[in-house]
Amino acid sequence: MRDMTTDIGDGIIRVALVGAPNCGKTSLFNALTGANQRVGNYSGVTVERKVGMAQTPAGRTLRITDLPGTYSLRARSPDEVVTREIILGTRADAEPIDLLMVVVDATHLRPGLRLARELRDCGLPLLIVVNMIDIARHRGIEIDLDLLSQEIDLPVVASTAVRRAGMQDLWSRLDTLATAGLPPRVASGWAPPTAADLRAALREADRVIALSVRTPERRRSLSEWIDGVLLHPVAGPIILLLIMFAMFQAVFAGAAPLMDAISALIEGVSATISAVLPEGLLRGFLVDGVIAGVGSVVVFLPQIIILFAFILILEDLGYMARAAFLMDRIMGHAGLHGRAFIPLLSSFACAIPGIMSARVIDDEKDRLTTILIAPLMTCSARIPVYTLLIGAFVPARSIGPGIGLQGLVMFGLFAAGVISALLVAFVSRMLFRRHEIAAPLMLDLPDYKVPQARGVLLGLWQRARAFLRRAGTIIFMASVAVWVLSTFPYAPAEATEPAINYSFAAMIGHLLHPLLAPIGFSWEICVALVPGMAAREVAVAGLSTVYAVSGGEGALGTALATHWSLATGVSLIVWYIFAPQCLSTLAVIRRETGSARWMWIAVGYMFGLAYAASFLAYHLVQSLGG
Amino acid sequence: MELRQIDATDRSLSLGEARRGYRGRVVCILPIAGNGRLAPSEMERRLIEMGFIEGVEVSVIHEGPFGRDPIAVRVGEATVAMRRRDAMAILTE
Repeated sequence: MRDMTTDIGDGIIRVALVGAPNCGKTSLFNALTGANQRVGNYSGVTVERKVGMAQTPAGRTLRITDLPGTYSLRARSPDEVVTREIILGTRADAEPIDLLMVVVDATHLRPGLRLARELRDCGLPLLIVVNMIDIARHRGIEIDLDLLSQEIDLPVVASTAVRRAGMQDLWSRLDTLATAGLPPRVASGWAPPTAADLRAALREADRVIALSVRTPERRRSLSEWIDGVLLHPVAGPIILLLIMFAMFQAVFAGAAPLMDAISALIEGVSATISAVLPEGLLRGFLVDGVIAGVGSVVVFLPQIIILFAFILILEDLGYMARAAFLMDRIMGHAGLHGRAFIPLLSSFACAIPGIMSARVIDDEKDRLTTILIAPLMTCSARIPVYTLLIGAFVPARSIGPGIGLQGLVMFGLFAAGVISALLVAFVSRMLFRRHEIAAPLMLDLPDYKVPQARGVLLGLWQRARAFLRRAGTIIFMASVAVWVLSTFPYAPAEATEPAINYSFAAMIGHLLHPLLAPIGFSWEICVALVPGMAAREVAVAGLSTVYAVSGGEGALGTALATHWSLATGVSLIVWYIFAPQCLSTLAVIRRETGSARWMWIAVGYMFGLAYAASFLAYHLVQSLGG
Repeated sequence: MELRQIDATDRSLSLGEARRGYRGRVVCILPIAGNGRLAPSEMERRLIEMGFIEGVEVSVIHEGPFGRDPIAVRVGEATVAMRRRDAMAILTE
């Protein structure tokens, strides 16, 4: 044990929140820390590390860590390993904890009390927080807190995280505990509980609940009534489909005005710079390099925020677990877990948060499969590429009331992403895991709750910031690199072709060309693909540089349609369904799987698929006369 | 102990075979090696962590839309979604 005393000298009390999934732990964390929190990662694993500061009414400073939800310290997923290591004080990159707050759902005390029993052995002082007491009272559940505390021999306090008044008891209890002085941590006597230990702990929890809780005659709760509709065998899948449809409508149609506004802003900035700075290297660097590159990515912020707003609200509502329930069978055919639905859905915004949320899958192999197929989902970075190419090669014809051909092709590309992801999972299962039995699915379906605006806004803010940080670093550097490659060396004075044709980028393009010619790519496309490795959407900026077109996407589309055959256009669209052209995704796969091997497997299989599919598409369209 | 459990299996129904609307009481948790990826002792512990314990009342309240799988099981105040294959380990009467 590293620290045997609670006083490290700075007077800050280090508190960790622990609890079973869906116990309201995160909203309690938000209530305690307000917006005063930082989200990062634990070193070596992409488990979200949430730490916040809080001030008690008596002026004491608390440093609060929100630990990943867990049923037991036995730890079955990377998340739960972090929880165990922090509680047992064996994690090197985390401070020792002075007080463990065990958050228990007042409407459903059982799992929390069982966990609390297990945590008694870990050597830390415990405080049981019976959260969501308002909902319990509303349902007529009466909890005798004093008797509960006496029976389990631990301090107990009730709270309502979503209301300020509901936090008073907890605050004053924290002050009382701090004034009395927290007992120092003692050596942990925790050992993985056996089935008999767990049984005894659950029986003990049931005994305490029978003594101290009075539950009214059970009637059909609102959640059960809602589930009757949302989990109905016919209505359930239809409603899920409608929700997803509404989500994509909002992402694509709803974000458009905001995206136009951001585009206009970016154009304004670059016009101002052009007006102020003289023609030359600095202006070229700022306008064509930095603003064009970073701007082309920042434009997607509205789409990402809308998609995450949907995901966070559905998650808070408790609907995501229902979606996993409805989709489990279909996912199961592909050898996936019902829980893989959430990471794959997030991947429609961006594969990075999708891959990171795969950590909710406790089975290691299922988790790996999910991580490897997540980049196939149509992320928002593909949208500008698809939009450009569809605009150039698919006629804007109406094929039915309210259904345009271009929109239909876009939908088809999304479907192609989903179907290919499920097929890859299915084939890999058939090839490598044929005789394996599926990992168990055990998923708590929590009661429905009204999402808290504060929690949703905080989550959105954290994700938007992460996205902008990525735009500010990786995409910034890639944009600068593209600009350098396509600017130097300068064209000779007597040059007749666009200057880029004499640059490093052109040399690389010519080098790659023999490899990609069989799938119909011109050397100009090869040039644009080089920067496009950094992030898919950068290829659009790359193409406009290579073809020396300015004046927005419309003009570029027209230029492409005249330079390329239909077969080439289709081939490039198909390439983008599969190709792993996103360095940040690859970096996250590497970090998340803990080895470069899986990253290279992803690179290999995705490029392989892209090449094969583009080859087929190119020759098929050509033979049809394209 | 062993004998009593085996005796119990004769007149009990595995939760994995129960249809929507079924109500019963857990007789024993009896994962069988080879029926799931996890070792029986691990499977047993996970089931207990989800609240399944001898004597507790359970009911099947929903069935999945495709092939009636998975099922949603009410156990105590909780609702747990599980695949039928995994629910086979829970014997009820």
